[in-house]
Amino acid sequence: MVASIDLPERTHSEGATGRIEFAWNVLRAVEDPEIPALSLVDLGVIRFVREQADGRLEIGLSPTYTGCPATAVIRRMVEEALTAAQLNATCTSVLSPPWSSDWITPEGRRKLLEYGIVPPESTASSLREALRGSRPLACPHCGSHDTESVSEFGSTPCKALHRCRACLEPFEYFKCI
Amino acid sequence: MSGTAATESDALFRYALRLGDSSLVLAQRLGEWVGHAPALEEDLGLANVALDLLGQARLLLTYAGEIEGKGRSEDDLAFLREHREYVNAILVEQPNGDFAQTIVRQVLIDAFQLELYERMQNSSDERLASIAAKSVKEIRYHLRYSGSWLVRLGDGTAESHARTQAALQRLWPYTVELFAEDDLDRLMTAQGVAPSLTDVRTAWAARVDELLSEATLQRPVDRPYGWYGKRGEHSEHLGYILAEMQHMQRTYPGARW
Repeated sequence: MVASIDLPERTHSEGATGRIEFAWNVLRAVEDPEIPALSLVDLGVIRFVREQADGRLEIGLSPTYTGCPATAVIRRMVEEALTAAQLNATCTSVLSPPWSSDWITPEGRRKLLEYGIVPPESTASSLREALRGSRPLACPHCGSHDTESVSEFGSTPCKALHRCRACLEPFEYFKCI
Repeated sequence: MSGTAATESDALFRYALRLGDSSLVLAQRLGEWVGHAPALEEDLGLANVALDLLGQARLLLTYAGEIEGKGRSEDDLAFLREHREYVNAILVEQPNGDFAQTIVRQVLIDAFQLELYERMQNSSDERLASIAAKSVKEIRYHLRYSGSWLVRLGDGTAESHARTQAALQRLWPYTVELFAEDDLDRLMTAQGVAPSLTDVRTAWAARVDELLSEATLQRPVDRPYGWYGKRGEHSEHLGYILAEMQHMQRTYPGARW
């Protein structure tokens, strides 16, 4: 997976700022292992890139779900991508504040929808609904609101399964947390 | 380390173990449904809940090992302790039974974890506060899943209603343990590490009563109870769970992926 990354041009600015900017650009090219339409930056799991006293870069990474098996893979992909870009970096796991689906970038939301996954509603609007029923979602294929929930859980911890009654296609919803 | 500090860190170690063990044992139980659930969607659902609980257990056991300071990792704590050293609630080691029994067990524990971790986000212990804040987001979905099934089963056919009510009668007695404060619970509450279990119980009861009423189920009567998994007293079931979960590490000590 990592071998296929196209490395961005190294920026010309010197020093820590330049290295940090370059690292962000490298990370923008690293795909999420389970939803390759999204980069790790789109997903909002990269919390910070900063330079430590010893000159190494420190990357703050947050898990989307505590048990998500992709977490270890993501960490390895980040380390491999930065090593390939000749950046000396180390990853730190950041638990607090917990990752929220609100942190998926607007660009990430657009890419999710194009990929056929309905992006999450904002946590503010659906906190109450997290415990009870929810409004029918618009089908990402035909746009109909005549849809139903099939399962609260899907093929990965972050998604739920839905079905469109109009076009009969199944689709996934990126859960709001 | 002074005597008092040693006692304090030992208390926090034992408390983190209690939380971690309950999540770990329940994750293992739910995992038994994989490939056996009534429908593919429920197979996925139960496995996803198990995966979240396993993730939470890993955070808690890793932390417990750090507090203890003897170099024990999450794996050492999970795979190399005897059943008497496990301090999970007895409710979570109860067998899956039929689908109704699994759902009832899940509702009772999900509602408990939700109210506990909602409050623990304000813990004086920063690490537990951050684990609670992360976990509570996942637990909301667990209760959404188990609660909606409880209503469908309870308010479903005569058969599903009867089975769900029977599961409730069978499992209800074990809920007493969740709220029975012992010295360790009182110490954790006094230090601001954990919320008061009396407060948790009030909120839990309101939430469970609302679901039971929607599911047309009768809340069983509380009976005297005196069996505590959190003190290392377990039903015969835990030994079988650990035998399956630990046998690889017991057979090939130190084996890694």
